[in-house]
Amino acid sequence: MRVAVLAGGRTPERDVSQRSGHRVTTSLNRRGHEATMVDPAESPLVETLRGLSPELCYLTLHGKEGEDGTVQRLLDLLGFAYTGTAAFECEVAFDKVLAKDALARAGVATPPWVVIEGSALRDLGAGAALDLALERVGLPCVVKPSRSGSALGVGFVQREADLPNAVMAALAFSGAAIVEARIEGSEIAAGLVGTPQEPLPLVEIVPKNGAYDYAARYTAGATEYFAPARLPSDLVQACAAEAIRAAEALVTRDVTRVDLIADRAGVPWVLEVNVSPGMTETSLLPMAAHAAGMDLDDLCDAVLRSAQARS
Amino acid sequence: MAEFAIDRFIDRYAARTAGMSASEVRALFAVAARPEVVSLAGGMPFVEALPSEDILDVVREVFEEYGSMALQYCGGQGLIALRERLVGLMAEEHVTADPEDMVITTGAQQALDLIGKIFIDPGDLVAVEAPAYVGALTAFGAYQPRYLQIDLDEDGMIVDQLQEAFVRGDRPKFVYTCPNFGNPAGVTLSHSRREHLVALCREAGVPIVEDNPYGMLRFEGDPLPALRTLDPDNVIYLGTVSKVFSPGVRVGWALAEQSVVQRLVLAKEAADLCGSSLNMLVTERYFSGDRWRHNLTTLVDTYAGRRDVMLEAIEESFPSEARWTRPAGGFYIWVSLPHWIDARAMLAAAVERRVAYVPGTAFYPDGRGTNQMRLAFCYPTPERIREGIGRLGGLLDDEEQLYRSLHP
Repeated sequence: MRVAVLAGGRTPERDVSQRSGHRVTTSLNRRGHEATMVDPAESPLVETLRGLSPELCYLTLHGKEGEDGTVQRLLDLLGFAYTGTAAFECEVAFDKVLAKDALARAGVATPPWVVIEGSALRDLGAGAALDLALERVGLPCVVKPSRSGSALGVGFVQREADLPNAVMAALAFSGAAIVEARIEGSEIAAGLVGTPQEPLPLVEIVPKNGAYDYAARYTAGATEYFAPARLPSDLVQACAAEAIRAAEALVTRDVTRVDLIADRAGVPWVLEVNVSPGMTETSLLPMAAHAAGMDLDDLCDAVLRSAQARS
Repeated sequence: MAEFAIDRFIDRYAARTAGMSASEVRALFAVAARPEVVSLAGGMPFVEALPSEDILDVVREVFEEYGSMALQYCGGQGLIALRERLVGLMAEEHVTADPEDMVITTGAQQALDLIGKIFIDPGDLVAVEAPAYVGALTAFGAYQPRYLQIDLDEDGMIVDQLQEAFVRGDRPKFVYTCPNFGNPAGVTLSHSRREHLVALCREAGVPIVEDNPYGMLRFEGDPLPALRTLDPDNVIYLGTVSKVFSPGVRVGWALAEQSVVQRLVLAKEAADLCGSSLNMLVTERYFSGDRWRHNLTTLVDTYAGRRDVMLEAIEESFPSEARWTRPAGGFYIWVSLPHWIDARAMLAAAVERRVAYVPGTAFYPDGRGTNQMRLAFCYPTPERIREGIGRLGGLLDDEEQLYRSLHP
């Protein structure tokens, strides 16, 4: 099959996306496809795709434009089929303000949170209500930009006095910040692949310095991973079930990574749902696939076939 | 079957690699490369100012005069023809040198690495300016030193602080300084402090590493004597053609006493046998005759004009609490913002508004500098500098509004 692998782009995750894209392209070619990597930052996307005329676009763009429905809408307009979630659902999943709400409405457990809009701070004096946010979620808490990937702009807050700075840092990345309760427990990534999406073995994440931040994610050796996760089997079942519920609530397709925390009482909490999981050598999804006996070629092929079956 | 492994060698890496980690700032610079982003971040020399016919002439001369020698290995110390030529270049700044006391390196950056290699054992104390050139911190960092940080003010390194450290009993392996319009602060070490510094270090038996990439890019005022000129025996002097010719040829050098030069040459040979003969000869030919003088004047005029534009724009758009340096040469202005600004966090918002800078934390080994930033005026056109500073000013206004609303 003629496949355009979209990777790179002009987001802070460009580097990660390029590494994902190279690996996916190599895998697909090894499986006999005719895959070409296309970087929208290096060649004009519309003209390049028209020239290549791919039967399918494999999306490994990360961050804004790649995961928020932008490229999906453009591909819809151009009439090219693509892997992964549809435009509107991408937009919801990428925006934590919308996604957390959608998850909660569907009865998925997600840590208590409060939204702080930059415009409410600037125009409505919302800063005076910041203490209420902490009352709602408690300490320690995590402050995240509503729309950003790869833990960029995420801050961990231990003391009340540190909250304003964390909010400012998150707002540098996005128009709104999420203040979320920090759940203590095991960090878990659940990969889902296919139609319907089937769970891969869970990956347990143990950052060496305690926080799974940007450096912990992308510095080789900064984090230990266990796949399959070292959890009791009933908790594994519960995490996988919650991940599937989350993916169903947000109507994701083909491939999804759900990030969870299993707390000490054995309750899985969904932190976020990723519609374009990383495929690099340190990424969680390939690790989960590996634990299932699938290599990267198998994983890419499964995603491709899932999208192909739809078109 | 395709191999899958996170990092099979994780238990085998040397401890010195532990400090090498992925960073958000590095990720953001990927976005800053967009053409619509005004980058005030990188210190790229404006090489477009060099006439390409000059360079073509130079390359032709290399092959006419030196023939296949340009394509061959050379000794680890570097070609004598170039060393002799660079002796003439240093004389422009009144630094006297013997070509035998020099080793040509791959940019002055390699000289920093080699100096780290021959002087620093893990845990050794090294004195650096605060803020210091980030490339020196990373080069030395691989040899696992502890840092003694000496603050800067408008007159460069506060030598009294170094003296206090010496009185306390601190004896760094060496003192690293960038005395002329240094990177990142843009400040120049005053004459009296130069004399104080060399006297202090001589008495304490601590060598000085003087890094002078920008000395010839002086816009105004009289040149000050090099530390090397004040005390040739105790100063290791580093030079480079990156800022006065081209960073692409990767030609730098160290000038030191024989015992140090011999160790540097052995370390250099262990690292890469020798530098590029071709690039050395291109550099030698470029600095023959007078064409380089004309081009340097163009560069200095260009940079001086851009500095003026940037200073004027900062004056217009930055908050009144902000403080910044007024460099008499070089590439950089150093800005200190209100204490509550986190310039590293703010970079994402800046890039969103299409302007980039380097957050101050990069230039301190201990995480200071959160409310500081380095702005480079060397590369963007005056129009782009005005645009970029205007965007930053707007962002700082909005950040202030946000800060006030978060601290009602």
